[in-house]
This record gives sequence, structure tokens and C-alpha cells, in this order.
Amino acid sequence: MATLVSSTSALQAHGLHAQLGRLPVLHGIDLTLPRGRWTSVVGPNGAGKSTLLKALAQLIPHSGQVHLLGDPMSIVPARLRAQRMAWLGQNESSGDDLLVWDVVMLGRLPHQAWLAGPSPADAQAVEQALRATQAWDWRLRTLGQLSGGERQRVLLARALAVQADVLLMDEPLANLDPPHQSDWLRLVRQLLAQGRTVVSVLHEISFALHADEMLIVAQGRVRHQGRCADTATHRMLEQVFDHRIAIVPVAGQWVALARDD
Amino acid sequence: MTVQPDFALRQQARWPSVVAGALLALSCLLLLLAAAIGSTGLESLTTLRDDPVALQIIRDIRAPRALGAWLAGALLGLAGAIAQGLFRNPLADPYLLGSASGASLGVAVALVAMSATPYAGAWLPRLGLTGAAFVGATGAVFLTLTLARGVHQTMRLLLAGVVVGVVLGALGSLVMMMQPEVMLSMQAFMLGSTAFVGWSACAVMAMVWLLCAPLAIALSRVLDGLSLGEATAASLGLPLPRARVALVATLALATGAAVAQTGLIAFVGLAAPHLVRSIVRTTHRRFLWLASLMGGLLLLAADTLARSLIAPQELPVGVLTAVLGGGYLLWLMHRRSSVPGG
Repeated sequence: MATLVSSTSALQAHGLHAQLGRLPVLHGIDLTLPRGRWTSVVGPNGAGKSTLLKALAQLIPHSGQVHLLGDPMSIVPARLRAQRMAWLGQNESSGDDLLVWDVVMLGRLPHQAWLAGPSPADAQAVEQALRATQAWDWRLRTLGQLSGGERQRVLLARALAVQADVLLMDEPLANLDPPHQSDWLRLVRQLLAQGRTVVSVLHEISFALHADEMLIVAQGRVRHQGRCADTATHRMLEQVFDHRIAIVPVAGQWVALARDD
Repeated sequence: MTVQPDFALRQQARWPSVVAGALLALSCLLLLLAAAIGSTGLESLTTLRDDPVALQIIRDIRAPRALGAWLAGALLGLAGAIAQGLFRNPLADPYLLGSASGASLGVAVALVAMSATPYAGAWLPRLGLTGAAFVGATGAVFLTLTLARGVHQTMRLLLAGVVVGVVLGALGSLVMMMQPEVMLSMQAFMLGSTAFVGWSACAVMAMVWLLCAPLAIALSRVLDGLSLGEATAASLGLPLPRARVALVATLALATGAAVAQTGLIAFVGLAAPHLVRSIVRTTHRRFLWLASLMGGLLLLAADTLARSLIAPQELPVGVLTAVLGGGYLLWLMHRRSSVPGG
């Protein structure tokens, strides 16, 4: 079957299958993630959200087609792909011995020739990214000297420093305190204003509901994709979480409340 | 608009070059000292100018030995830094892929074969043992790679290395048990020694170093990327599969060359990168150079000490590196555990 490739999509997948070891995790995922929008991916534990993000980022073996900004992934060279799409993982090992400055500079690798050192433009991008996540003051510390939340902000700066059009983030709020979670929201809004696309896996549903679009995944399949403000999205959210949550409006925002009845 | 990194960053960027300069200067000083120290203690280099025998001793024995110790150390330091970066494990050392026990087995087999021939004593060829050690070391790495089905899964590679190390080590011991008269020579090899290093050995190690060091530096950004995890490194567009093959080959070649010339010298490959890390934090591009320079300095210092501590006799340098390196790592461990939150 021919795939219809949308020119307004950031990422498009068709018949995406992936497995972890011998366990099939993704069962034929079809999706289109719009360009210049923020899509949050949610679902119960073990639904395959992180695996989906990794498959979209071409980080694990998979079958099926993925298009990045309209181009089939198979014809996009790895370096160009890395320039266009940045990925922030969860629970990745982090180089404790590297300086924060050097860690964020790694985000510039896709833009540097193989044996070339960083250019002034790279240094500028790194400084911008570190300031955007309020991590500039630690630039001469090693990652090992930072707390979990501080480290997460440095790794976020590393992903921002790529200055990619598409940003995939797996649990970017992990270890962040509430003020820095709000800062992250503001940062995402700024990225969207610059025309970039953000895709984030979030387990905090109330935060995920701030996005433009929501992709609900359960048991390795897409159960629903729609606007975060839509009632149909809310009903499907409640359903995949076994009606243990209720989506309600509070102070002009949609919030997920835990139900203990 | 261009932005210059601020003063603190510029200072930080200069620090590795300062350390490299200091390591090089110390190495040069120590090379001179090592050439001057003989079995009768320190002899002045100036009075030797009129003494042709002493000059020949320096030229043919002490100078190649000192330079050889530095080169072997530099190879082991480089290999250690590659191993620790590639396996993302600070306890990784150059012998991790089974090369040590492979080299031992190669030497044991060569010694037995030589003692079995009637002409053995007459032409005990140092070259033969060197070749056997090299073949054994590289053969063991190939065996490890075969068992691990390539270099793509780090944990499988580590486990295969351990298995190959244990099995080849046991085979080496078995060979020794069958020919007990080779045990003394075997022991000397396993302790490591720079006593037999001549100019030809120096030339071989220098060539290998000149090949391996630039190759490793060219791949240094892959090691930097890997320190943030395999997935992040792949997301940065780094060619991981090809780079891993090249890094393992570099690691095996550097280790094999050092082991073949100087035997199993302990701890230099493990301690040199750690020592560098305790002085300076930098990316692999500079870290690999520094670890290599530090390895050279360490082994040269240990060799000079080994020759002078109980002169006119000498200690096997491997014993000294094991004692000093082990002591250093214990101290490092103690210091880290006594730092709150460290």
C-alpha cells in the first residue's frame, strides 16, 4: 500500500513494528505528527511509549516506514538526521567525568566536520542552551557533581544545543522541581514560537494536557490521537487508565485527578 | 555575531595543554635520569663522554630500555583510556578482551616448543617469544569478538572477554604444568619486564603508537558521545558500528604490541587514565593524549625505580607497578568514599 506523505508533518510512521529482545512491543503503529506543534505521548506503564520514541528516532531496529519532515528516513544520512532531529532519553548513562560545557557541546557534533573543533557559532549555541535551562553557572562543573534535577537540565540543554527542527523528549520532567517544570513548559512554548516541533513522552497527565495534540498509546498500539482540549481525548485517557483518573477543568486548565473510589 | 567563550572557559581549555607539557617535560627528565642510572648508582653523563664502554652501555642498553618502558607505558595508557571509554566502565583495562591470557598462552607454548628442541639454548630467540605473545594476544581478542558475535553489544563483549581470559589462562597453566622447566621464564613474562627491550622493540612500539594514537584521537568524539549512552550517541549521528570496530582494533593492537615487548605489566593501563582524571577533566580528544603520556611516565618511573631500589639487582617492574598502582587505586577509592555524596 502506498503511503501518503504529508508535507506538513514533522514525523510520519506507517506500519511501525519493534521488539525489545524477543518481546514484540509495537504492533503496526500508524501516525502523523504535525509540524510546528507539541504532541505529548501518554499511556499506561509498558504501553511502548519510549520504544515508539526510539523507533521514530531510528535508535532501535524496527520495521515499517518513518518519514522525517517529508523525507523517508532510509534516504536521510545519519548526520543530516541528527541535525534535523534531537533526542533526549530517560535513564541514559551520563558521563560523570565530563564538564557540563563539554556535555552540551556534544549536541553540536552533528554540525561539526569530523576532525574540526567547535566554532564560535557552536559556542554561542551552547551558551544559549545553557542559559535557557538555567544551567550556565555550572558550566565548569562535572555532571557527577550535580543533583538529579540539575543534571536533567544540563541534558535538556544538550538536546536544545542541536537546534534541531524536531525535538523528541522522553520524560523530560524527570527529577525537575515544580518551578523548573514550569520553566520547561515556557521553553517548549518558545520552541514552538520558533516553528520547531516537540514530541514528549510524559507520565504526568496534567502536564501532558498542556500540549497541542495528544497521542494515546496502549499495548503497543495507537488508541487515539487528537487535540488535548477535546472531550474525546479526555474520555479515551480515562478509559486507557481504567477510569482511575478523571480529567476535569481547574482554573482554566485541564487536570488529571486520581480517583480512589 | 561571534561569542568568545568567557575567561573561566578559556582558562579551563588551557589546562590540559599545561598538564601535557608537564608530563612531557617530566618524561624527558626521567629519560635522562634513567640513562644515567646504572647498576652502580647514579653516574654523571658528562664523565661518560670519554668512556666508550659506558657510552655503549647507554646507547645499546639503557637508552632503548628507558625509551621502550616509556613507549610500552604510553601504549598501555592509550589502550586503557580507549577501553574505559568504549566500555563506559572506569575499571576496564587493556587486558579486558582476553589479550593478557592469550599472550601468556602464546609465550607458554613457544617456551615449551623451544625447550623441546635440542638447539633451544643456543638460539633462544627473543623475537620468537615476542611474536608468540603478539599472536596470542591478538588471537584471544579475535576469539572474544567471535564469541561475542561482533562488537555491538558491550555487555556480551565484556562477558566473552572474561570467559576467554579464564579459559586461555587455564590452558596456559596446563601447558606450564606439563613442562615445569619453563615456569621460571613464564613467571618473568607474567610479571612483566623491560630488561630485554632493544632498539628494534622501540621501533615496533613507536610505529604502533604512531598508528594507534592518531586513530584513537580521530575517533575520540565517538567515545565522548558514548559517555552519554549508546542511544544518545546514535542520535547524534555518530557511526557507532564502524567506530566500535576501529576502536577495538586499536585497543587490541596497542595492547598486543606492549605485551609482546614487555610482558604483562599490571595496572598501568588502569591507573594512567584515572590519574589523568584526578588532575584534569576534558574530552577524549585531549584525554587520550594525556592518558598515553601519563602511562609512559608511570612505566618509565616504575622501571627506573625497579632498577635502582635494590641495585645492583633489580625488581621486576610488573611487581612495582602492581604494588604502586594497587596502592594508588585503594587511595583513590578511600578518598572518593570519604567525600560526602561522592
